[in-house]
Amino acid sequence: MVRGLVALVALLLPFSAMAQEKVLRAVMHADVRVIDPVWTTQTIANIHGALVYDTLFGNDADLKPQPQMVGKYEISPDRLNYSFTLRDGLKFHDGSPVTTKDVIASLRRWGAKDGVGQRLMGYVAEMKAVDDKTFTMTLKEPYGMVLESLGKSGSSIAAIMREKEALTDPQTQVKESIGSGPYVFAKDQWVPGSKAVYLKNKDYQPRSEPPSSFAGGKIPGVDRIELVWISDSQTAMSALVNGEIDFFENPSTDFLPILEKAKGVKLLKTGKIDSTQGMIRLNHLHPPFDNIKARQAMYYLINQEDFLRAIVGDPKYYKVCPGLLTCGGPYENDGGTQWMKEYNPKKALQLLKEAGYKGEPITVLAATDHNTITPATQVLIQAMREAGINVDVQSMDWGSVVTRRASKNPPSQGGWNIFVTTSGGVGSANPVLHTWIGAACDKGLFGWPCDPEVEKLRNAFGMAASEDERKKIAKELQARAMDDVVFLPFGQWDTPLAYRADRIQGIVPNTGLAVLWGITKK
Amino acid sequence: MTAYIVRRLFAVVPVMAVVALFVFFLLRFAPGDPAAIIAGDDATTEAIAAVRAKLGLDRPMAEQFAVWVWGLARGDLGVSIFSNLPVTRLIAQRLEPTLALTLSTLFVAVALAIPIGVVAAWKARKLVDRLVMGFAVLGFAMPGFVLAYVLIYFFAVQWQLLPVQGYVPIAEGLWPFAQSLILPSVALGITYMALIARITRASMLEVLQQDYIRTANAKGLATDRVLLLHALKNAAVPIVTVIGIGIALLISGVVITETVFNIPGLGRLTVDAVLKRDYPIVQGLILVFAAAKVLVNLMIDISYAFLDPRIRY
Repeated sequence: MVRGLVALVALLLPFSAMAQEKVLRAVMHADVRVIDPVWTTQTIANIHGALVYDTLFGNDADLKPQPQMVGKYEISPDRLNYSFTLRDGLKFHDGSPVTTKDVIASLRRWGAKDGVGQRLMGYVAEMKAVDDKTFTMTLKEPYGMVLESLGKSGSSIAAIMREKEALTDPQTQVKESIGSGPYVFAKDQWVPGSKAVYLKNKDYQPRSEPPSSFAGGKIPGVDRIELVWISDSQTAMSALVNGEIDFFENPSTDFLPILEKAKGVKLLKTGKIDSTQGMIRLNHLHPPFDNIKARQAMYYLINQEDFLRAIVGDPKYYKVCPGLLTCGGPYENDGGTQWMKEYNPKKALQLLKEAGYKGEPITVLAATDHNTITPATQVLIQAMREAGINVDVQSMDWGSVVTRRASKNPPSQGGWNIFVTTSGGVGSANPVLHTWIGAACDKGLFGWPCDPEVEKLRNAFGMAASEDERKKIAKELQARAMDDVVFLPFGQWDTPLAYRADRIQGIVPNTGLAVLWGITKK
Repeated sequence: MTAYIVRRLFAVVPVMAVVALFVFFLLRFAPGDPAAIIAGDDATTEAIAAVRAKLGLDRPMAEQFAVWVWGLARGDLGVSIFSNLPVTRLIAQRLEPTLALTLSTLFVAVALAIPIGVVAAWKARKLVDRLVMGFAVLGFAMPGFVLAYVLIYFFAVQWQLLPVQGYVPIAEGLWPFAQSLILPSVALGITYMALIARITRASMLEVLQQDYIRTANAKGLATDRVLLLHALKNAAVPIVTVIGIGIALLISGVVITETVFNIPGLGRLTVDAVLKRDYPIVQGLILVFAAAKVLVNLMIDISYAFLDPRIRY
């Protein structure tokens, strides 16, 4: 009888061991489905990657690259030879030491897959291991973005893997996620689409410098991080208010007023440039936007306030930003921004007609299930209709938009003329990292703008030796890219983080990716 | 009876073959490309093509179908395009929450709806009956997800009696397990409960007008014996049929309920896989759902023979 009662009590109570563990439960913007941050550019895969893997350099809160796995490094006066020495005590989660073999193989794989990595590797003549801890990188020409590239945050971080995984074909996902970062991925507890679990790496040796975003000491703050995936934003908000989760990365703007008033909950604006930039992309391959005049006509349909009010609503979370490079970032400038000064639908139509437009349907890919892109597309469609443009709205889910936008066919044969998208503010702050500003023709991103001068200026930015020179090139580049209409910007907005201030501390603003390792439980 | 069951089980094979054929080709003809989703926002057309080639999605459709069917024949449902994990493992991970939710909903709905329907029939056209029918209309009319948010607001956020979301496996304690299922079961079960209550009432009303019921009453049998032993047993066949149909409704209902209450079950797995175009998971799930539906139908058909001795196979 007594035994029966004890058994019943044990059954009724949750495991006490679980209660003693310090667990951070965080809801991110997406679920961890892919465990290889190099194989995909998905941000969530990189948040996973930043917990599990370490990088040679890490960006600090001011986006300056600082050594992370690297202990000391030297750059030759001609900026052609780099020597990197790994710091002591670096170990993978399986206990094996991190060696230069692992590093070189990882960089080669990343450099074959990621856009920024490919650009860097284009300048690299040779990478050579001197011994287990030191390796050299020799460049063909002096390239000014070596450390920035190695420390990039956002998409496809330069994660250092074991050589075994790093030798995997870059087009194939690695099967194991074993890094040397502050948290160990618990693959056996992973339920894709529901939960990813990370356990404190007890062997991790953080740097001694104070933490600053991806730089400084990455000190694991809790025993266990659970990235819980709650697809319904309202449920996630209620779970935060109810104390079932500690951290909510991107609450819907509709819920911000409720969260502002909720007991124990605080909102934190993302880092000064980690905002989201709205972009309208035109297809340069097909009429009417194969004509530069027709592309420039579209500027007269953009009143950023209209877009931002529809997407965000509250002006404290958005700002009008007429440039292509992130406003508030180091390279913000006014090059080419005269294009964004006038909203005039009649003039837009007149210019389109001058460019040869005769009322043919213009195909807009309209996502129906995206919290920001959907309303932005509706505002654009309304402005086009107001101008008298014949709009062919193709409504579909976002998954279908990302498929169809890759098609180079004419719009009548499954192609498109316009789609709306967004870009992270950190990437968009730097002309080399900002892939959407490129105009590399067939080799570029969807829409395929083609202007060798833009590419020349991007390369020149990468080669620049001083910050002043970079700023000057950034202005020229933006002016040129806006003249060519690589994309039309429709503003910049913040999505604050929401968290339980009565339970956790150590939250830092995002700089490209959420920084979770420093969060501690009160 | 045994021969009938064996015959029906053999009939499952062509049914599943047709389902497999349809699900494979419908998915391939639907818009969307997992390679574009995997490659991400900053991927070029060439990068997407490279991912597609690596996943084998650029091969002829017939070849892809043959590879999948060959795997099926060996009991292999394939591997998720995104997570690289076997589909069987992913389905197995999600089976418990869905089974728990479905069974608890079924239990709550049947346990409440049948007595309510019986009472409504017994007190036909009186206040109790009108209240029951009013509840049934409301239950039908209110979308499950609206009720779910209302329940969350009051029972979880305002009164903090129950959790907002999540699922606690039974192995982690009976009470936490039950707590995580109460609100989802009510939200999911209300429509189902209304349906069963209405059918029970209608079926009971028909039986209560039969001569043998009048005879039982005339003999002076207690009302509960008349209602439960004589009337309900004879009214059971349509009720059981509706319960069977309702299981199919539950399977579709769990998709929404699991999303709102964040229960990591098969419903959410389905929605996520469809949105991400994770073909092997969608294909595997549809086959599992189809098999479940066929089995439930078989069980319902078999139960008829026990409920009504006149039915023979």
